[in-house]
Amino acid sequence: MSNENTTVIPYTRDEILTILKEVKDPEIPPISIVDLGIVTGVDVSDNNDVHITLTPTFAGCPALKIMEDMVADRLKQVDNIGSVSVKTTFDVTWTTDLITEEGKRALLKHGLAPPKKNPGYMELDVLSDTPCPYCNSRNTELKSPFGPTLCRSLHYCNNCLQAFEGFKPV
Amino acid sequence: MDFFNDEHVAAAKDLLYKMADDQLIIGHRNSEWTGLGPILEEDIAFSSMAQDKLGQSEHLYNLLHELGEADADTVAFTRNANQFHSCHLVELPIGEYDFSLVRHFLFDMAEFIRFEMLVNSSYENLALIARKFKGEIKYHTMHANTWVQQLAKGNEESKARMQSALNETWPLALGIFEEGKYDKVLKEAGIFEGEAALRDAWLAQVTPLLEKAGLSIPQNAEPVYGGRYGNHTDHLQPLLDEMTEVYSIDPTADW
Repeated sequence: MSNENTTVIPYTRDEILTILKEVKDPEIPPISIVDLGIVTGVDVSDNNDVHITLTPTFAGCPALKIMEDMVADRLKQVDNIGSVSVKTTFDVTWTTDLITEEGKRALLKHGLAPPKKNPGYMELDVLSDTPCPYCNSRNTELKSPFGPTLCRSLHYCNNCLQAFEGFKPV
Repeated sequence: MDFFNDEHVAAAKDLLYKMADDQLIIGHRNSEWTGLGPILEEDIAFSSMAQDKLGQSEHLYNLLHELGEADADTVAFTRNANQFHSCHLVELPIGEYDFSLVRHFLFDMAEFIRFEMLVNSSYENLALIARKFKGEIKYHTMHANTWVQQLAKGNEESKARMQSALNETWPLALGIFEEGKYDKVLKEAGIFEGEAALRDAWLAQVTPLLEKAGLSIPQNAEPVYGGRYGNHTDHLQPLLDEMTEVYSIDPTADW
């Protein structure tokens, strides 16, 4: 009863998102989960209970559970926060178009070619001239649509003679 | 699922089981190429596809759990072969690369079309994951088609191998579309248009691709049925025994 008259000012959605920018993709640490576009719901109640909804990048992504835990752990450290719950749902379908501009820059800096805009259809030619993250040449070829993680493809740059990875559009 | 009556629930479960079991079993078979692919990129491709399929099967089992079945691990790891609804095509051993490749082509084309159809399902949670899976499986079909086209037009040996793999897998692939007990109910409820509609759409898409590759589709092939009703080849139980080895020793083990 002692806190009955204390007014709790709920966090705004933007404040929560700013905090979650500190949570990074465990497989590609330079990009935050916010810039990756997987945070699809932020609900804050009047007494600061927070419910976060995430959407999977790939159904078979092994980092799903890890990311849920990372989000919950980070939010529990925030002052005056009530209960924290995190759920992954398919309510919003994740596509690479949800990656923010800042996120794309982070991928590029990491040496990963950012995904092209999803043209609404997907054929291999969409991946065939992915710009090289090292020299920016488009004289590149797709080596394989499957790479070291589900979200990446393998490419080769004919200009700077480098193999590189791309974040594949879905 | 408020809009379901009991028969709709039973029908949805039957559909989910066949899809989830197909994914789990082909996922396991794909994973058997890990470390053995003919080239590194194919090793990675089959391993990645295995991971996609296993992940997708888990989400389908989760839908079954929402409808009252046991949780995903229990359902995946504690049933015997005769309780599986997967088709024979997915349970056969990986064989040579040509067999696995042509199986992958025929199966993933069917699966892609199935999820494309399910995007419009009245069963909303299934429609949501169908929208997601479709984008992932598209990469599988692109991969399959690229290699089918290349190898079927390669040299005499590769062409002969692709044709013989097609002869072997075609009747099995037709078995994907074994009529379900609830096909009529599924259609009436707007959940799924049914296996016959899927087969027709599949034939319309694979036929021109195989013709383009210069391969001949076996005529008058007899579909291999039984899998959807729990009748399997001798290959499924040993697969399940291997897949569930750790779980059987310690169901609470974390790995």
